[in-house]
Amino acid sequence: MISMEHLTKCYGDLLAVDDLSFEINEGHVYGFLGPNGAGKSTTMNIMTGCLSATAGRVSIDGYDIFDSPGEAKRRMGYLPEQPPLYLNETPEEYLRFVGQAKGLKGAELEGQIREVMEQTRIGEVRRRTISALSKGYRQRVGIAQALLGDPRVIILDEPTVGLDPIQIIEIRDLIKQLGKTHTVIFSSHILSEVQAICDRILIINQGKLIAFDTPEGLEKRLLSPSEITLTAEGTEETVRAILADAAHITQMEIREASAERVSVTLKTDLEDIYQLSRQLFFLFADRKTALLEMALKKANLEDIFLELTESTDTATQPEESEAKEA
Amino acid sequence: MKAVFKHELRNYFHSLTTYVFGAFLLAFVGIGAMIFNLQAAVSNFEYVLEFGSLVFVVIVPILTMRVIAEEKKQKTDQLLYSLPITTVQVVLGKYLALLVLYLIPLAVISVYPFIFAQFGEVYLPTSYGSIFAFFVLGAALIALGTFISSLTDNQGLAAGVGIAVILFNYYSVSLSEYVSATALGSVIALLVIYILLGLLIRYVTGNGSLAYWIAFALSAVTVALFVVNNAAFEGLLPNIMNQLSLFERFTTFVNGIFDVSAIVYYLTVIAFFLFLSVQSLEKRRYN
Repeated sequence: MISMEHLTKCYGDLLAVDDLSFEINEGHVYGFLGPNGAGKSTTMNIMTGCLSATAGRVSIDGYDIFDSPGEAKRRMGYLPEQPPLYLNETPEEYLRFVGQAKGLKGAELEGQIREVMEQTRIGEVRRRTISALSKGYRQRVGIAQALLGDPRVIILDEPTVGLDPIQIIEIRDLIKQLGKTHTVIFSSHILSEVQAICDRILIINQGKLIAFDTPEGLEKRLLSPSEITLTAEGTEETVRAILADAAHITQMEIREASAERVSVTLKTDLEDIYQLSRQLFFLFADRKTALLEMALKKANLEDIFLELTESTDTATQPEESEAKEA
Repeated sequence: MKAVFKHELRNYFHSLTTYVFGAFLLAFVGIGAMIFNLQAAVSNFEYVLEFGSLVFVVIVPILTMRVIAEEKKQKTDQLLYSLPITTVQVVLGKYLALLVLYLIPLAVISVYPFIFAQFGEVYLPTSYGSIFAFFVLGAALIALGTFISSLTDNQGLAAGVGIAVILFNYYSVSLSEYVSATALGSVIALLVIYILLGLLIRYVTGNGSLAYWIAFALSAVTVALFVVNNAAFEGLLPNIMNQLSLFERFTTFVNGIFDVSAIVYYLTVIAFFLFLSVQSLEKRRYN
């Protein structure tokens, strides 16, 4: 329903979005992922008609955002990075203005205002001025605004930034709920968030689309080379001797070695990592050496994200990626 | 457009500046009426308006300073861009709301000549003709103020620049007597105006080469004309300053002439500055 073709945006000499093309279908929650300055906000601003493009086309339901902006905008609700609120108004007044600007009238307008206030749970603050509201509530008023006019697509730019953990969870739940009735596109640089809510992930870096897949698909794609970390009883020599007999080990690294215990990380070229773990189990059992611990390392989105963005960066390879929670 | 209009109007009634604007206008015109009509016992209400027009220098920028600058500051302009309304509708909605606010004190003022007529001989056509011209003059200044507000996200700056520009316009006729009336002086002044125009075009459109070429072309034409016929430039600068004065045209009405060409002039000024305001808003999309 949204199609983007060869979208390019330059700010002077800076290339913010570089030949971006993708297709978004109805009824999913799309996560737009990328480091800061990757071009997420620029892309969203162009999609919603807030910004012009240097080249390329964006259309929604066949309506081009540049040629027929009215029709295209009617089908989208947008919450920019900074919620565009009139601080001296109450949520009710604010929503009434936005609703009217979206062409709603009379009973329909009042009905929709009530509906979106219920959906975003801002009913109890509807008569307070927005300047007195917490950041979490302001964000919800912003989302409520996007929902007015019952658009098919809701576009949210970093809706959870700057919120406290409880508010973040509430907003995430809200996005999940919205995903049942709308197509939702939201951007974030927090991986766990995208992993938790989205069923499609777009990763962009330096204005380029570098991945577009389901979370599972992305993980699968980057699962190999697989890793096993094991800890065995015995000295380094015995363990080395046992592992020398194992097939399909492409790389071996001793992580820790003492008189009683040795920790090793192994990489394999096998498709099925369980083949390796099975083989190792019997090898160690045959030599009567106890395997104290064996862990299979599955790639998580964090690794994929780092790998994808770093490899386009031509920067140094990431350190042993110890997943740091953002 | 209706949504923007209603929204603006409600906002203005919640803000102090609106009441300051109305109060100042009424106070100033009231003082004028006291001096001219009551104390000096002159029956011409239009003199009061001529005296009162000076207050525009301060109150118009105060009224218009936030109209677009505040949207940029609060980033609510992004909302306006993403809504299914055009920038023309946004600017017109805002402008009409300002006009309504201006009409309210003016409606009160319109009663004065009628009251005075109860106590003496007042020539009402001139009074009401002048009130109408006073309205259109104010409307033109409000359009100018709207444009100035669209150039910045700083309300204070918008007000400051607005006061300076309107003050200059108010005194431009008096000042024109002091500027050089020689042909060479006029040409130099024109070149300076072209440079300023070029800078403005560059700022509004974000297109540097377009601005330079326009300024350069205008300068070349002017210099060429100067070489060919330098007598034509004699007294040109004071003339231009006279022509540009919005207030000068208002005195014609005060003198009892309903000058249709002046009304057309004001309407042109309104259209011109509203067009520039739209361009200034659009520019943000194209930077």
